[in-house]
Order: sequence, then structure tokens, then C-alpha cells
Amino acid sequence: MADVKKMATRDGYGKGLVALGKAHEDVVVLDADLAGSTKTGMFAKEFPDRHFNCGIAEADMMSVAAGLAASGLTPFASSFAMFASGRAYEQIRNSIGYPALNVKIGASHGGMSVGEDGASHQCCEDFALMRSIPGMVVICPADGVEAEAAVKAVYDYKGPVYLRMGRLAVPVFHEEGFEFQIGKGEVMRDGNDIAIIANGLMVYEAIQAGEKLAELGINARIINMSTIKPLDEEIVLKAAKECGKVITCEEHNVIGGLGEAVCSFLSENYPTPVKRIGVNDEFGFSGPAYEVLDSFGLCARHIVEVAREFCGK
Amino acid sequence: MNANEIKQLSILACKVRMGIIESTNAAKCGHPGGSMSAAEMFTYLYFKELNVDPANPKWEDRDRFVLSKGHTAPGLYSALALRGFFPVEDLLTLRKVGSYLQGHPNMNTVPGVDMSTGSLGQGISTACGMALAAKHKKQDLRVYTLLGDGEIQEGQVWEACMFASHYKLDNLCVIVDNNGLQIDGEVVKVMSPYPIDKKLEAFGFHVTVIDGHDFNQIEAALNEAKTVKGQPSAIVMKTTKGKDVSFMENEAGWHGKATNAAEYEQAMKELRAKLAELEGK
Repeated sequence: MADVKKMATRDGYGKGLVALGKAHEDVVVLDADLAGSTKTGMFAKEFPDRHFNCGIAEADMMSVAAGLAASGLTPFASSFAMFASGRAYEQIRNSIGYPALNVKIGASHGGMSVGEDGASHQCCEDFALMRSIPGMVVICPADGVEAEAAVKAVYDYKGPVYLRMGRLAVPVFHEEGFEFQIGKGEVMRDGNDIAIIANGLMVYEAIQAGEKLAELGINARIINMSTIKPLDEEIVLKAAKECGKVITCEEHNVIGGLGEAVCSFLSENYPTPVKRIGVNDEFGFSGPAYEVLDSFGLCARHIVEVAREFCGK
Repeated sequence: MNANEIKQLSILACKVRMGIIESTNAAKCGHPGGSMSAAEMFTYLYFKELNVDPANPKWEDRDRFVLSKGHTAPGLYSALALRGFFPVEDLLTLRKVGSYLQGHPNMNTVPGVDMSTGSLGQGISTACGMALAAKHKKQDLRVYTLLGDGEIQEGQVWEACMFASHYKLDNLCVIVDNNGLQIDGEVVKVMSPYPIDKKLEAFGFHVTVIDGHDFNQIEAALNEAKTVKGQPSAIVMKTTKGKDVSFMENEAGWHGKATNAAEYEQAMKELRAKLAELEGK
């Protein structure tokens, strides 16, 4: 692993914002006293007059963003996933979602991999909250390069978007210059024995699992499903038809996230056995990120175990 | 303001109140009380203050108005209709299936509505965003927002006040309709927001306290607000909930219910008499 380049998706977000700022005058960035952590500080350094710190007031920040968008600007509003999606849920629902305003919510520190800060900050409910708002696009990039590309794509899309990033530096497997397409899954490895659909840092774990499974004679199709809503139904249907078994992997409660989106689609359109890997309706706890992820069954070896059992090998 | 101007505005305010009663009566629900208390302010804003164009409601350089106390949509709709943003007859479709006049304001369906509101406390923050955007884009426009005195119990209101003050939003004017009543009763009994003026001053606002039914005082306060530089302004207006319908005045019960047939006749009789008196008939 030493030779693998690592980068947190939040760093990709920060880089993406700077690039956007250079290209588009209408881009403004809001933060709630976490600019250093969410990486909007990178934008603030380049464009101090277009970065507005709102203080520790996420509810106000989201509604301010709505007002900015209603006046023709394109705001990116950032905080930790917990406070962006949780504290300010109703502001997002009523001030941004209902009027369908062009606000981009850049939420960092999502999932269990926040690590040491513990359960109060380990947000594993944000996909569920954001997916349930009509018209909201929900994205969770897998690596820093994809996150940077996603920032550009969400700017080009007109409407509200929730973009979830992580704190932890994770292996980069997308090539520089990668172009992100909202609502399109990406096949990272082909195979027909089982389909593993993942997002966020679980994609790299799934890729690792795919290699191990190949050694065991199981050819897994690995799909990066960075857009949770709208779901790429075509790629899910194809995978279900060709593989017959599906595993979903996400750093989120198994309730309300990617697993549920895939299950909902398949159960109505092409009933297929599915196993959901995620957080099993529990709160997290403190510890180094990978130790916490391991404790919750969110590493490649757990995916291998589930896949082997699923395939009867 | 001369006597004739005041008379013309008073006639319009009376018509705004008639629209409130008629629309909520047709809907068999809605919020007449707090709509009636702000009728003079709605009237002054839409007929004298705001630089808006009914023929081009999305005009980029217009002044903005955010009804933070979104439940008083009947008052806003009535003023917008009278100002020519949409037909007055449409007020009778309020809250009905298929109507663009939603129970709470929807910026995407109602011409002249600048922000969708209804969840208390959020409108003032969106108004801050608009005022900040105007400064950022160097637009010479003003942003007004109307809040209820119960609404300011929401913590977000004070987050927004901090924001407005921190970013020196002198193009923002926050108006508080201090009618003293909220759904569960008197604001002082439910959760006292007082002293409202001193709280706003402490948050960095230039504050005036006025009689919200007096057009001269409304005009003076709004003009004074425009001269203030480097800080946001606030107007705390003392008003009577349910103003100008005898049985509605100062009754919390009229916060969120419509008239029955007999009450409707009585209310309209009183308002028609008031209108006739103003018109000198």
C-alpha cells in the first residue's frame, strides 16, 4: 500500500472549488467555522471576497445560501456531514429543496472514518436524509480525483446537490483528468459471478476484495456508484441480470442509503438476492479510522467473507 | 405625506384586509390575524416603497421582499394582487388544489414572491443571502423581510441577525410585526421575546419602534433605514392582530382560522363600512 497515492475526498473538493472559482465568477463559498477541515479554506485563500464564514450557525448558512442562489449566485455551503445534513436538514428541505434552488452542499467528514471524534461526528444517516428530499441529487465520490471532478459536474448541473466527502486520506485510483457524470455508475472490474456496488471509500475496499475473490475463483463485477440519487438503474439492472447476486457497500446506515436504493429498484423491477454491507443501525465510537471501519465490518476482508458465503464458496 | 396620500393608502390597506377575509373565507382556513396586523406595511411596501415591476416580477435589479412569517401569505397575496402581479379574483383560489396560491408562499408559482417561506426563522436568513448577493454584485437594491414577534423565538433568527450585522448589510431592513399574540396565546406567556428593540440593538441593528398602523410612522422609519450605513436596520412595529374586524382584534384564536358564514358577513360589513367612510361615500 506504501506506493499507492492517497488523498482525502475533501482535499479533492477544495481543489475543485479553487478551479471553479477561477473559471466562474458566480461561485461563492460558505462555511461554518470549519474552513480548514472542509478544505474551503483553499478557496478562501484564493478568493477571500467570495468566501463567507457564517460562524457556527449551519441553519442560517443553508438559508443564506438559498438567498444567494435566488439572487443568481452559485453557492457551495460546507460543514461536516453531521451538521450540514443533520442540524440544517429542515433548512435544506424548505429553503433549498422545495424552491429547487441552485445550492451545492459540500459535506465533509461523512461516515465512520471520521474516527477518533466518535459517534457525535460519525454521520451515517446523511444519504437517507438527503435522498428523501424531492429533487435532491446525492453524491459520494470514491477518491480525491473523483471528488474534484464531481465539483465541476455539480456546478454544471442546475439544482440542489448534496456532495459527501470524507476526512480520511484514501487511495486514489481515478486518473487525473477524469470526467464525472452525475447519475452514471462506473464499472471498475468486470465479472459475472457477483456484483459489488459501492460508493465512497468502500469502492477501493471493494476493488481489493474483487482481486482476492478472483484468486478464490469468484469473478466479481465491481461498480462505483458515486451518485446515490438519481440511481443509475441501467447499470444495476444489467449487473443483476448478468451476475444474479448483488452486494452493496457503503459507509452509511444500511437504512436509507445506497443499499436501500438498490434494493428498492431491484425488488420492483428485477427481484434479485442482495446483501447490504454498511453500518447496521448502530452509532459509532472513537478510534483510528481503519480500526473503526474494521470493527463495523467495512473493510475488503469483510466484503470477501460476505461474497464467499453468498456464492457458496 | 399629505392627507390625500394617506387616504389613498388607507383605502388600499382596507382592500388588502378585504382580500384577506375573502380568500381565507373561500379556503375555509388560513391565517387572517397576522395578515391583518401587517396590512398597512404590506400596502406601503408594495405601493410606495419597493422598486418592483408587476409586468416583470423577476427583474434582476428589483428590491426584494421576503415574508419570513410565511403563514400570513393572505396579506402578501392580497397586496400583490392589488398591485397587479396577478388577478384579484384568483385570491379566492387560495389553498385549493391546483391553485398557484399555496398556503405558504411559493416563489416558483406566485408572481412577485421572492422566496418560498413558511417554516419560521428561515426567511430572514434567505433575506440576508439576498442582501449579501446584492452587495457582492454591486446592485443598488434593498431587501426587506417581515417577521412575527412569535417567530423571533426561533434561534435561527438570531443567527441571521449576527450574520446581517457581521457583514454590515445596510441594504437589509428587518421588520418585526409586534402584535403580541401567537398560536398558543400572548407572546409574553408562551415565551417572551421582549425587549425586542434592545435585543436587536445589541445584535448591531439600527432600530426604530413605530405604530404599524400609522402610514406616517411607517414612511419615516423606512426612510430613516435607508440613511443608515454600515449596519442593518430593524423596525419593530406595534400592531393589533386582526386589526379592523371588531371580533378578531387582539384574539389569538384568529391566528389560524377562517370565518364561518355569519362571521364573514359581519367582517365584510365592517370593512365595507370602513372603505365607504374612507372613500367619503
